[in-house]
Amino acid sequence: MTSSEEELYQDHILAHYEDPYHRGRCSRCTHVHADSNPLCGDRIRIELHVDDHGQMREIFFDGEGCCISQAAASMLVERFDGKSIDEVKQFSAQDMLAMFGVRLTPNRQKCALLSWKVLQAAVYSPIEAAQRISDCERMESQHAHLGELHQLAAPAIGGAGGGRAEAAAPAGARDGTDRRSEERR
Amino acid sequence: MSGAAASDEARVARLRRDFPILAREVSGKPLAYLDNAASTQRPRAVLDAMTAAYERHYANVHRGIHTLAQEADELFEAAREKVRALLSAPSAEQIIFTSGATAAINLAARSFGDRFLNPGDEILLTEMEHHANLVPWQQTAERTGAVIRYVPLTDDGRLDLDAFDRLLGPRTKLVALTAVSNVLGTINPLAEIISRAHAAGAEVLVDGAQSVPHMPCDVQSLGCDLLVFSGHKMLGPTGVGVLYGRRDLLERMPPFLGGGSMIREVRFDGFLPADLPYKFEAGTPPIAEVIGLGAAIDYLGQVGWEWIERRERLLTEAAHRALGRIEGLRIIGPEPRHKGGIVSFAIDRLHPHDAAELLDRQGVAVRAGHHCAMPLHQRLGLSASTRASFYFYNTLEEVERLAEALEKAKAVFRRK
Repeated sequence: MTSSEEELYQDHILAHYEDPYHRGRCSRCTHVHADSNPLCGDRIRIELHVDDHGQMREIFFDGEGCCISQAAASMLVERFDGKSIDEVKQFSAQDMLAMFGVRLTPNRQKCALLSWKVLQAAVYSPIEAAQRISDCERMESQHAHLGELHQLAAPAIGGAGGGRAEAAAPAGARDGTDRRSEERR
Repeated sequence: MSGAAASDEARVARLRRDFPILAREVSGKPLAYLDNAASTQRPRAVLDAMTAAYERHYANVHRGIHTLAQEADELFEAAREKVRALLSAPSAEQIIFTSGATAAINLAARSFGDRFLNPGDEILLTEMEHHANLVPWQQTAERTGAVIRYVPLTDDGRLDLDAFDRLLGPRTKLVALTAVSNVLGTINPLAEIISRAHAAGAEVLVDGAQSVPHMPCDVQSLGCDLLVFSGHKMLGPTGVGVLYGRRDLLERMPPFLGGGSMIREVRFDGFLPADLPYKFEAGTPPIAEVIGLGAAIDYLGQVGWEWIERRERLLTEAAHRALGRIEGLRIIGPEPRHKGGIVSFAIDRLHPHDAAELLDRQGVAVRAGHHCAMPLHQRLGLSASTRASFYFYNTLEEVERLAEALEKAKAVFRRK
């Protein structure tokens, strides 16, 4: 492997990609936003549980896409776990790229910034208390619908090679139990 | 390698010297350009023809008396005749220059739709179409009240012809389909489809963007009513494409873009359109680009269409063999005997964008994404795929480098 490959696909980025931090759902969700990059199909959804003091009690992400988009989301969620939404609002795109650490070409910056955009929108996207549960369910069903489109595969088309290549969403608790300790790093 | 194969590789090595860009390096390695379905590279003959057009013969076409205008006009119309000969079209008046295949389909969709489609009429498309052969028809359906139906695919990525027969009905006014899928590589049985469509009273538009550059094309023996293709996918410049049409059909279709050149007479209360082909060529056309396309057609004719087709089959078969050895890699689409030089694939636990990025670091240029065919990818159960696409100037060595680079890319993620 050349040094340039190591530069982009560094161990800590691969670690976030293959063993993401808080991939799943909040047990109680007050804020949620989801978005995709239409050019490449990367998808990120972020759920927050924000308390009355603007502190994030929980933050989880889910999504699919390239290593950069998913690792960046994992790093972002880890960075803001337990922080306040004011801190999120002050966190610029430049801050995000700096946190990611690896120099990215403009096209790949879009991959890294998708989760940042989603989080910035999520803090402004509260779910009204009365609607909280039903909205979570609605978002869930929209989310599931997107998933269905991807699984419509019916019989997989193709001859050579092994079975289905599209990885299912990486294993990780969907019920909010994937609270990995900070000591991974 | 057999003697014939070795002499083919030697010929390719000579031809590659005509393409300045193929000599460059990427990431410190020789460029292996495997993104030809998106756009091809240009030989010096095309670049020279365009430079000469600008340096020696440039003026606006169609309306000048002076020497340069006449020379530009002659070169421009000579290129139209080259396109006519390429397609074996009955007359050059049936060759309409557009800004590309997309523009040509938009012209056809708007003009055909306005003239012939009524509420409840049906447009038959297929599940393997490029967005350029989907969205213009969706827009036309919205304008006219026509209904779009889609021919489904078989499990190996070919058109389901039984379903096509069932979908084809008295309300079907038009069948619009690609000759070769830009993702699956599938070569569709056009002659069969066209004869069945005609028997049902429907016209057929062929999207030739991925076929005209790669195999001989005879619109008269094929019997298609409309056909489009782009210059930049066949060694020509960007910004030029072609719409071919049956004469009586084109004559009944109304102009699409209005402006200069497309009129016979303009009054304050209306206009009379010009005759074919100018009726559909409003405004100053892409003059140097049309001349460049003519030079590309000359070059391809010298290379030889049968040889090009055979060469790409060889590369595709080699790619299927080499990629078939990679564990966890699934080729999307049919066996090589049913396809052109396009090999798309998915790899377990290696996202297409990461694959393309890592291949680029080996000097191998491929495309990753949905290749402007999102509905097809949904049908395939994929959000994206990686695509290697060949032209005659690619080598067997480049196919091997693709496979080796993919193994290296996989290794980056082989952590647990």
